[in-house]
Formats: sequence, structure tokens, C-alpha cells
Amino acid sequence: MNDVKVMKVDAIRNGTVIDHIPAGRVQRVLAILKPRKTDVVMMGMNFSSKAMQKKDIIKIEGRELNQHEVNSIALIAPDAKVSIIRDFNVTQKFKVEVPEVIEGLVKCPNPKCITNAEPMETRFRLVDAAGPDLACQYCERVYSADEMDHI
Amino acid sequence: MKNLISMRDLSANKIRQLLDLAESLEKDPSQIDLSRRVMAAVFYEASTRTRMSFESAMKRLGGEVIAMVGTSGTSVEKGETLADTAKVMARYSDIIVMRHPMEGAARYVSEQVDVPVVNAGDGANQHPTQSLLDLYTIKKAQGTLEGLKLALVGDLKYGRTVHSLAYALAPFNPEFYFISPRSLCMPIHILSDLTRMGVKFTEKKKIEKIVDHVDIMYVTRIQRERFPDREEYEKVKNAYIITADLLKNARDNLKVLHPLPRVNEITTDVDSTKYAYYFDQAENGVYMRQAILATLLGEVKS
Repeated sequence: MNDVKVMKVDAIRNGTVIDHIPAGRVQRVLAILKPRKTDVVMMGMNFSSKAMQKKDIIKIEGRELNQHEVNSIALIAPDAKVSIIRDFNVTQKFKVEVPEVIEGLVKCPNPKCITNAEPMETRFRLVDAAGPDLACQYCERVYSADEMDHI
Repeated sequence: MKNLISMRDLSANKIRQLLDLAESLEKDPSQIDLSRRVMAAVFYEASTRTRMSFESAMKRLGGEVIAMVGTSGTSVEKGETLADTAKVMARYSDIIVMRHPMEGAARYVSEQVDVPVVNAGDGANQHPTQSLLDLYTIKKAQGTLEGLKLALVGDLKYGRTVHSLAYALAPFNPEFYFISPRSLCMPIHILSDLTRMGVKFTEKKKIEKIVDHVDIMYVTRIQRERFPDREEYEKVKNAYIITADLLKNARDNLKVLHPLPRVNEITTDVDSTKYAYYFDQAENGVYMRQAILATLLGEVKS
């Protein structure tokens, strides 16, 4: 079934398809993945989906993302599914997972946190994958990922 | 143990080691010699008690102290980053004791320098040396930390000290009474943490009924600076005043603690009762900080 939906946008010969991105977040996902200037990228927005009603999709031609790279989008697309395509066939599928440690991706919402005052990277530890809830390494407060702004 | 940043980093075993060492140093400080060692007290905001207690601890073990107190007239005012200030202080000293208004500042500094760092308070986050001296004081007053009944009284919402004390005691099977006006009650996330840890607690608005139930009464000041609304402060500021009369039916072993400074939460007629223990608590801070300095400076096998 998924394959049929994927075919709505031009099929890619080799590359990566990221499906089940929450509708409206495709641009933020791309901002995190930072495709190279030469990458051929297709964005699909507001596709209908049984599970999510509406969803966004990204296809990147000629580039295979690995689990680690894709995990960086887990906070804004927690249910995203990734397919690696070779010669029009899906050769590998995996889900994004929230990494145990999240560095330099999101801001700490606590205005009294040192990360908001000094030129430094933020660092969070995953405390509850269901939220997901993240604990700031510095001020030690725990926040739900959707309270957090991306850097 | 390289640094002391947060109570969360300390195992129950490590806490026990520090309590034992503090006890042993109280009896015989001559076992540790910190001569020719320099402690840098880097205080971005004023503090009398914590800083002087650290200085006393260091000097009584033979060490030296250099200090920056407040940022006025310092390189900080010229726009120096925290990391740069800390790196320079690390070149001048063997250990940094630091207080900063931003939460997580001590952790950040500990990542930037090679010398040990002690967090002497980072905003509303952590003040682990206070928590440890409170544990030491409670153990000394009652002979044990196990199975005690404790009333925490006053500002339980903003009071960093009572939050971290509740966590620090949680492994020792305590029974808490949280006494506060409704607007200053213990935050819900702490209550749910305690529930998860199986800790027994009761929230109450009045203190009278539990006075004869508890072994420890830990009183905190209701801080005016926490209230944006002056009227709200006036309503709650005199909510709990501990007097000698209030304590007339207390248990024989009751001890009243207070991190100090007090304003009017404990009347001076309590001072001469057997229940008063807050000045002993302040003195205990020196022994506990000696134990911390000696451990972090590598003078103790651990």
C-alpha cells in the first residue's frame, strides 16, 4: 500500500523517501536535514493518510540517509518512516528514533538556563520516549519536545 | 568524584562517604592538610553564609582562598564570557567554588576547566553543599537518617533547599509533612516524583496539628523577591511563625532547622530551647564543606 502512495510523486531510482511527516512540517524537516545544493529533492505536502489524515513526504534522489542522520528529525516528525530506494526498489526500511542525547538541535525553554546566556551548544537527555520528554543537561529541567523551539 | 554539581550525580554510597568524612573531620581536622592549595570563590551574586563557610572550611584545613564577589568592576562587566572567566580562575587555583544566577552555569564551567568545580548555587536549580550539610545535620541530630518524620515549612514552591532535601532524603524511608500556604505549595512534579519513589507525604496548611508528630521541623523564609505582587506577599509572609509556645508539646528529640538567614519565621525565644538547632546547622556546613574540598582535591581515598 505504502508503495502505491509513494508513487504519487515521481518515483526515484536511488535515494531516500521519508514518509509520515506531520502535515506542515516538511520545511522544518528539510531545514534539519540540510540537503546539499546539488541534491534533487521532492517535497509532498498534505497527502491524505489513513493513520494521520494528512501528512508530508520528502524524497531525496541520489542520497541514502542513515539512521543517525534521520534521528535528528525525530523531535518534529516522531512517526516518520524512512525507505532506502535502490533501482526503484525499497531495499531498507526503518523508523526514526529519538536519540538518547540531543545536541545543538533545540533551545532550552527555561529563560534562566545558562544555555540561553552563553555562546554554547544545548544538550538534552531523553527521559521519556513517549512524550518525548527531554531533560536539559544544564538546568536539569524536563520539557516535552513540543514546548521547544528548534535552533 | 571530580566535581560536585548536582545531588543527582551522587550515589547513596557517595553521600554516605561524605557524611562519614564530615563526621571524622569534625572530630579531627588535622588528618587533612590543604596547605599551599588555593580555592577560588567565584561568586556572581552576593552570598554571605555559603562563601564564608567555604572560606572557613578551606582555611581551617590550612588552605588559601582567593575570591571574586559580585561582578561589579570585574572582567565580567567588560563582557567576558563565563567560560573565559572560569578558564582564568582555573589557572589561579586548585579548585573553583562557584555561585551564579543562571541555572546550569556550574555544570558548564566544569566542562570548560580542568580543576574541580563545586556548585555553590545556580539560580533555582541546585545547591548540593546545602543539601549535604542538611543531611549531615539531620543525621547528627537524630543519630540516623532512616525512617524520620519531617515537617518542611514555609515556601515550598520556590524553595530550592526544600526541594533538594526532599529528594536527598527519599532513599531513607522518610515521612514528610509539607506545610505551606496554598499559593506556595510543593510543585506537582516533585510530588509525583516522590510518589513514584514510594515516599510517604501529607500536605497541610496548618502546622499546629503536626508539631508533636515530627522529629525534624525544617523552616524556610518566605522570600519577598519571589512575589511580583506585594499584596500577595503581605498575605502569606506571616503564615508560619515558630515560637517556643508552639513547641510546648513537641517530641523530646525534635530539632528545628533553618538554612538562615531568618527574618521572623522563628522567634528568638526558641533559641534557648533544646529544639533550636539552626546555629549547629550553620556550623555543620563548615565540616561538610571540608569533606567536599578534601575529597575533590584528592586528599581522600574514594
